[in-house]
Amino acid sequence: MARAAVSGRLSWHVATIKATSDETESARTLVLDAPGWPGHQAGQHIDARLTADDGYTAQRSYSIASAPEEGRLELTVQRLDDGEVSPYLAGIAQPGDQFDLRGPIGGWFTWSPDSERPLLLLAGGSGIVPLMSMIRAHGAAKSQVPVGLIYSARTPADVIYAHELSERTVSSPFNLTLLYTRSAHRGVPPGRINAAVIAASAFPPNTDPTIYVCGPSGFVETATTLLVDAGHPAPSIKTERFGPTGI
Amino acid sequence: MNTISRGFTGRRQGEAKLPPGQYLEHGFPVLQAGPTPSVSTARWTFTLTTETGELRRWDWEQFTALPSEDITVDIHCVTQWSKLATSWRGVSLDTLLDGVPTEAGYAMARSYGGYTTNLPLPDLRDGKAWVAYEYDGRELRPEHGGPARLLVPHLYFWKSAKWVTGIDLMRTDSHGFWESLGYHDYGDPWREQRYQGD
Repeated sequence: MARAAVSGRLSWHVATIKATSDETESARTLVLDAPGWPGHQAGQHIDARLTADDGYTAQRSYSIASAPEEGRLELTVQRLDDGEVSPYLAGIAQPGDQFDLRGPIGGWFTWSPDSERPLLLLAGGSGIVPLMSMIRAHGAAKSQVPVGLIYSARTPADVIYAHELSERTVSSPFNLTLLYTRSAHRGVPPGRINAAVIAASAFPPNTDPTIYVCGPSGFVETATTLLVDAGHPAPSIKTERFGPTGI
Repeated sequence: MNTISRGFTGRRQGEAKLPPGQYLEHGFPVLQAGPTPSVSTARWTFTLTTETGELRRWDWEQFTALPSEDITVDIHCVTQWSKLATSWRGVSLDTLLDGVPTEAGYAMARSYGGYTTNLPLPDLRDGKAWVAYEYDGRELRPEHGGPARLLVPHLYFWKSAKWVTGIDLMRTDSHGFWESLGYHDYGDPWREQRYQGD
């Protein structure tokens, strides 16, 4: 496997929430001001550390949603009803509130605008977040490599960044395929990712795409199996997963 | 110095004794860099190579005929989840290393799919490490590293290489996959050694 070197100690930065915006009923974007933040590579994540006023702390990892930038970044946090940190970040926290973060973390699930290969992205649910950083980095660099996104959400109301994704299909070489697993609209039946979707919407293996898959474990397992079965070489596929499997 | 997050209370987790920065998980999250390799036990082998190039190799039948142990341990992932009292069955590294002539100080675990991770050799000895092929009384599923994975529960779980197929003993340390991407060479969860420099 190819590697990119990352070195040096990761220091904690104080992040101040500058703005929040609700993406869906349960996902919120936080715009953060973080002096000293060195920027990141699209696809990387941060560790957030929250501290209560009695000193109790909790840490969680969150993907970065924004294109790389120094001193500023955006997270999109999906609220988990039984979560400890996400109900705070995606519910209670307001502009002006602060927490500690360090990063960027993860030098493998990353995309650089220098890449000349077609970029194929597959997202399940809030797995769209690190892929959105790649889409935004692609747009910011005015990259002309084609980008294809296959994005599986529960319902149309659960699509994060719906408006921006739709606009980018007009302004850049970006193709969007949306799948709804629970209920769709305008007479489109619900459907999960399958071999027909891959055949119709994924760049074929002979175009040598670089592929990133992010989402719940079951989605990633299914999607990567379909991609390998369709002839994509395993080394071209990078994955990031969240959430437990059933045992 | 921590920054106080106004309005954050958190959810205290009772008596569970967890390493710093970890939370209790009841499911079993999956973390890996790429597709799950499909490894049949018919072609599975495990190879131990010393620093002088001496080999010991087992196929599946030979490996599962070795003395095995039931292991119940807590596991800690660098992505902050910990899972308590997980139960496994596997072969102790003490059994695999028994009588192997070596002056090596380090080991590199190698997996199907190309994954690697480095560990000090003493951390694989004295009942601290296994090659596990059962989880919770059943064969280890591919997404959790089956047919067999390394199990080194006193270090962060990326050291417990899934789909393990061999261990190379080394005189000098060298970076594995995540270690070359900024993760800690040793990875002690109780000292919170997540990244290089921690």
